[in-house]
Amino acid sequence: MDFDTMTALEAAEKIKQRQISTTDLVKQVFDQIEKKEGKVHAYLDLYKKDAFARAKEVQKGIEEGRYRGPLAGIPIAVKDNICVKGKKTTCASKILGNFVPQYNAEVIHRILDAGMILIGKTNMDEFAMGSTTETSAYGPTKNPWNLSHVPGGSSGGSCAAVAAGEAWLALGSDTGGSIRQPSSFCGVTGIKPTYGTVSRYGLVAYASSLDQIGPVGKDTADCAALLEILSGKDEKDGTSLNRRDTGFSEELSDTVMGVKFGVPLEYLSEGLSEPVKKAFMDAIKLLTAHGAIVDFFSMKTTEYVIPAYYIIACAEASSNLERFDGVKYGFRARDYEGLHDMYKKTRTEGFGEEVKRRILLGSFVLSAGYYDAYYLKALRTKALIKKEFDQAFSDYDILLAPAAPYTAPRIGESLKDPLSMYLGDIYTVAVNLCGLPGITVPCALDVKGLPVGIQMIGNCFQEKKILRAASAFEKFRGAFPRPEMGGACL
Amino acid sequence: MAKEINEETMENVCILAKLSLEGAEREKAREEMQKMLDYVEKLKELDTDGVEPLSHIFEEENVFREDVVVNGDEREAILYNAPKAKEGQFQVPRTIG
Repeated sequence: MDFDTMTALEAAEKIKQRQISTTDLVKQVFDQIEKKEGKVHAYLDLYKKDAFARAKEVQKGIEEGRYRGPLAGIPIAVKDNICVKGKKTTCASKILGNFVPQYNAEVIHRILDAGMILIGKTNMDEFAMGSTTETSAYGPTKNPWNLSHVPGGSSGGSCAAVAAGEAWLALGSDTGGSIRQPSSFCGVTGIKPTYGTVSRYGLVAYASSLDQIGPVGKDTADCAALLEILSGKDEKDGTSLNRRDTGFSEELSDTVMGVKFGVPLEYLSEGLSEPVKKAFMDAIKLLTAHGAIVDFFSMKTTEYVIPAYYIIACAEASSNLERFDGVKYGFRARDYEGLHDMYKKTRTEGFGEEVKRRILLGSFVLSAGYYDAYYLKALRTKALIKKEFDQAFSDYDILLAPAAPYTAPRIGESLKDPLSMYLGDIYTVAVNLCGLPGITVPCALDVKGLPVGIQMIGNCFQEKKILRAASAFEKFRGAFPRPEMGGACL
Repeated sequence: MAKEINEETMENVCILAKLSLEGAEREKAREEMQKMLDYVEKLKELDTDGVEPLSHIFEEENVFREDVVVNGDEREAILYNAPKAKEGQFQVPRTIG
């Protein structure tokens, strides 16, 4: 059986028809992990024994009609900032190196209720702060398309696992592009839902006003089915919304006839690399050839999204990460003199460089005398950015953007200059600032054989619009290649 | 250019961040913060007079619920991850002389 070209929905259907068993699927995925994980390092923890036990239980549940969902029996990987009861949840940080949550995140309850099988926790940038998965305290993940390149980040482990066939589906989290950008770099599909669609209960907070959990998978239909499982009101997250329109997999279509797409002209300016620009323009041509209307327009706030985002995200991070003080959980420094010295030594030794950089910046912009000039100014800027997106969505159904200005950089290139790494988030952060849904779908390979994705952005609550357009785009594009993981790169 | 981050400001930020940075690490952190602040100065170009700061994107009402106890005694679970615990409590260094 060719598992490589099979989607998760197709595999789940074969389980229902008794053509394969859940154990077959778990065995298949661990065979892939056995072959590839040594090279890719997508995972921080694997639950092989538990997964086989769970497979038996789920098989029985499917046969007895307890698990009827479209993804019952599918193995899934989880980003390591999402709590799984009794399993280490490190956020790829030394400070949480021994943290074992005593409860499940809401999304874990939901995927277990849907009959899915947890296979392990994936690598990430420390506390989701980074764009390459290189800030992980446990070593970088490699891009399955070329092992000397990064998978992107911060959900790099989740995206690399799906790309390498080491997972059928995965959970990621997206605060400033952390699902959409690595999905582009790894040639997989990923969705950042409208803020409030998925409960953040049990997600270790980075920037609470921006964080959302979302699916990563082989295609739009798989991601839509998983998003449908994840979505819904949760009393335990005060920002979670009571949406009734979460039947995301019902209306996937194969046409974009008459759909109005807008492309911000500023997204095509100097920062955009030639290979990505070419792939992006080719994707636009493909959409217009199938009856879409594509217009170019100006988004004047574009150059302000990165400064506004980093001020807001770092401010929230500095507040959220105060809880890591060596008292309640995680690492505590060995030698200290008194309480405050313990706090300081614990945090200085426990956090990595990028996390400290963001905590410092966040502490500064929230401090007396600078709060108005930096933090409030950023929130006022956010209001103007939101206003411009509102205007855009009164003219267009969907906005099109690259997911990043370039394809995956080589390992070791990005961390030398943090500011230039931050600038790479130009096409993704506004979506988080405005709470919008966005999806990345693979569209081409560059001359080096690295994937390029196209990002479709919808207005709040318009997931169905972007999912329809994304699934239609996949049909126009045809089957996307899979990384060979053979030959020169090994 | 943003205001220069001098030693006094750096010390204040380290106190707020509860980080003790020394020597080369401290100097590098100071330089990088300066570079970032110089960059975000860009926002000053933007006229935001009369624009209200936007924190939550949806005009949601505050969320209230009855304060009802739904959990039982979870002391063991809560202390499970404590680096140091004693007699059913978190143990911290002496705070009062």
